[in-house]
Amino acid sequence: MEKPVVLAVRDLRTEFGPAAHPLVAVDGVSFEVREGEILGLVGESGSGKSITLRSILGIVQPRGRVFGQILWKGRDLAALDETRLRAVRGREIAMIFQEPMSSLNPLLTVGLQIEENLLAHTDLDARARKARAVELLDMVGIPAARSRLGDYPHEFSGGMRQRVMIAIALASNPRLLLADEPTTALDVTIQDQILRLIQSLAEELGMAMILVTHDMAVVAETCDRVAVMYGGRLCETGETAAVIGDARHPYTLGLLRSIPRDVPPRTPLYSIPGAPPALSAMPAGCAFTARCPVAGSDCRDARPPLAALSGGRHVACHRLPEAAAFFSAREAAR
Amino acid sequence: MSLAPLLSIRDLSMRFTKPRSLADAVARRPRKVVSALNGVELDVMPGETLGIVGESGCGKSTLARCIAGLNRPTAGDILFEGESVVGLKGARRRAYNRRVQMMFQDPYTSLNPRMTVRDALEEAITVHGMRSGAAVGRRVEELLDLVRLPEGAADKYPHEFSGGQRQRIGIARALALEPTCLVADELVSALDVSVQAQVVNLLMELQDTLGLTVLFVAHDLRLVRHVSHRVAVIYLGAIVEIGPSGPLFANPVHPYSRALLAAAPSLDPAKRRRKPAIAGELPSPLDVPPGCPFHLRCPHAGEICRREKPALRPAGAGLAACHFAEALPGA
Ligand SMILES: Nc1ncnc2c1ncn2[C@@H]1O[C@H](COP(=O)(O)OP(=O)(O)OP(=O)(O)O)[C@@H](O)[C@H]1O
Ligand SMILES: Nc1ncnc2c1ncn2[C@@H]1O[C@H](COP(=O)(O)OP(=O)(O)O)[C@@H](O)[C@H]1O
Ligand code: SF4
Ligand code: SF4
Ligand SMILES: [Mg+2]
Ligand SMILES: [Mg+2]
Repeated sequence: MEKPVVLAVRDLRTEFGPAAHPLVAVDGVSFEVREGEILGLVGESGSGKSITLRSILGIVQPRGRVFGQILWKGRDLAALDETRLRAVRGREIAMIFQEPMSSLNPLLTVGLQIEENLLAHTDLDARARKARAVELLDMVGIPAARSRLGDYPHEFSGGMRQRVMIAIALASNPRLLLADEPTTALDVTIQDQILRLIQSLAEELGMAMILVTHDMAVVAETCDRVAVMYGGRLCETGETAAVIGDARHPYTLGLLRSIPRDVPPRTPLYSIPGAPPALSAMPAGCAFTARCPVAGSDCRDARPPLAALSGGRHVACHRLPEAAAFFSAREAAR
Repeated sequence: MSLAPLLSIRDLSMRFTKPRSLADAVARRPRKVVSALNGVELDVMPGETLGIVGESGCGKSTLARCIAGLNRPTAGDILFEGESVVGLKGARRRAYNRRVQMMFQDPYTSLNPRMTVRDALEEAITVHGMRSGAAVGRRVEELLDLVRLPEGAADKYPHEFSGGQRQRIGIARALALEPTCLVADELVSALDVSVQAQVVNLLMELQDTLGLTVLFVAHDLRLVRHVSHRVAVIYLGAIVEIGPSGPLFANPVHPYSRALLAAAPSLDPAKRRRKPAIAGELPSPLDVPPGCPFHLRCPHAGEICRREKPALRPAGAGLAACHFAEALPGA
């Protein structure tokens, strides 16, 4: 039984700069998140992951223009005014950021920051708020939680601060958590602890989540489904195991092959030539054209639609057979 | 590979004394001391790539900086081709500095923004008298070719390049001095995965053609496994395991190496875990625990581990510092 869809994003487009020559950071992005599901949004830096999350919450600054639909519980968040949006933001939908230090207030104790959030989003009285703050810190694995309520953010390690951020985000019992590279700044050991924590909390609380990352292995370990983003557009989506085990889009294929696995040591890795295009130089057609090993004459000008394959998968590429042939010939040559 | 090590690091320690806060000074509390390295023992063989891994703050960069002569160790010795280099001065220091080149995570901070690539390379070449006259210009072209920077790159400024290209400039500048050994501290960590492979391929190729010795410090364990002949695992400023890359990654002996490798996310969704590979965090280097530095987090710790610091000794295909190396399950 498929769980019901909680968030549906349709044709999301976020642009900056002059309306006549906009810089389009997110371009025609559509996806759904189901109840209790963890969706991975993966892509390299600048591909538009953070702007996608910020667009959902209506916090694109400075002066980004958001188009399309963001359907949440039968309402279109993109059409809500700031006051109504505020009732959703941080309450029904919460967000955690890559660098917890920049989103925690350095001048307030951790306890106060959690209690502030409880005050804003729940009906608990002061005593109940304090008890709940201890409970939340405990839940995210802060040892001796009660005694740490009075500590300031700088007194915590990077991993602990990220736990605190999660505790603050969870204070309002959100139904959807947007996590923007929550472990990128952390060691693998601490990343592992935080990911396992997020995963078990999502499961226990039945909370849906969008996990933004640039690391395919993080997706493999944590996400139910994945959406691969490049140049502000989605190039491939599907169940995690299907996409990683049997990628179809030339970018996903290249990305996975540039990660060393099952290759003899010190042999040259597959490398995607060049670098991602600047927003000001995005081609009208496929964003990957300049780096794609199988690009054809139509790719530059005609935009490939995100088309359905079997098994609930979607891929945006004009030349899937050529891509499959190219990469299997490479495999065979090894 | 010849048998004499290129670099021998003997019982190397590095302590940083923190400036005392006013309150501490008034209360006459002693200065705090950060023990960044605690008796590192290491041989680096000529022509090999030695990977160095461990959690943030474990001392990887400090070790790299000591080797590159940027930090003066508090105790212990560093031998280069059999000679101590810790107290070197004058011409001999300069000669050593030329032969061991450090490369950083973001060459942006070490490249002068107002110098074109050509100026930066010419400066490096002439300061150390590597070439003179017309040969300098030819060498610049040669170096750019070596690191595959596009034509016309020589007359551009650092900000005109992408991150991957800037790393190539950093590599070209290091190679300008015709070093014997490269110390690469998080060389590709700041780059996107799709660009990392380009730089790593270049590094492996240059190393093979030029016969360089490389110290490869990185937190991407998959990448370290791929490029390194041998790998050293550091915990709280000491090597806890060192050995050939293949066996060490396939069958780590030390409980910390095991936990570290298990914590790295796997690309195989079938291998998902529900529980973290290791609990707790790296203890503060202000307060290194007695005995085995890992005993606070180790699932196998026994009484002896709290008292005695285990020495590095043969275990598995390499060396490990654990009292119970032979007795652990799967060892
Ligand atoms: N100049 C310094 N003064 C005081 N402490 C220092 C100094 N340099 C390093 N340290 C401390 O020494 C320890 C080791 O630092 P080092 O930079 O070598 O870690 P690392 O393993 O390179 O970590 P990372 O993975 O974060 O780069 C840390 O606790 C660090 O704070
Ligand atoms: N305020 C802004 N004005 C102009 N461009 C922006 C602004 N914010 C982000 N961008 C651009 O939008 C693109 C996507 O950014 P982002 O979503 O932060 O990428 P990611 O999170 O995937 O690394 C980048 O090219 C970035 O430079
Ligand atoms: S084949 Fe064309 S459409 Fe497909 S990824 Fe390459 S450039 Fe894009
Ligand atoms: S010496 Fe003891 S505490 Fe240290 S790693 Fe071995 S078993 Fe664990
Ligand atoms: Mg981002
Ligand atoms: Mg470092």
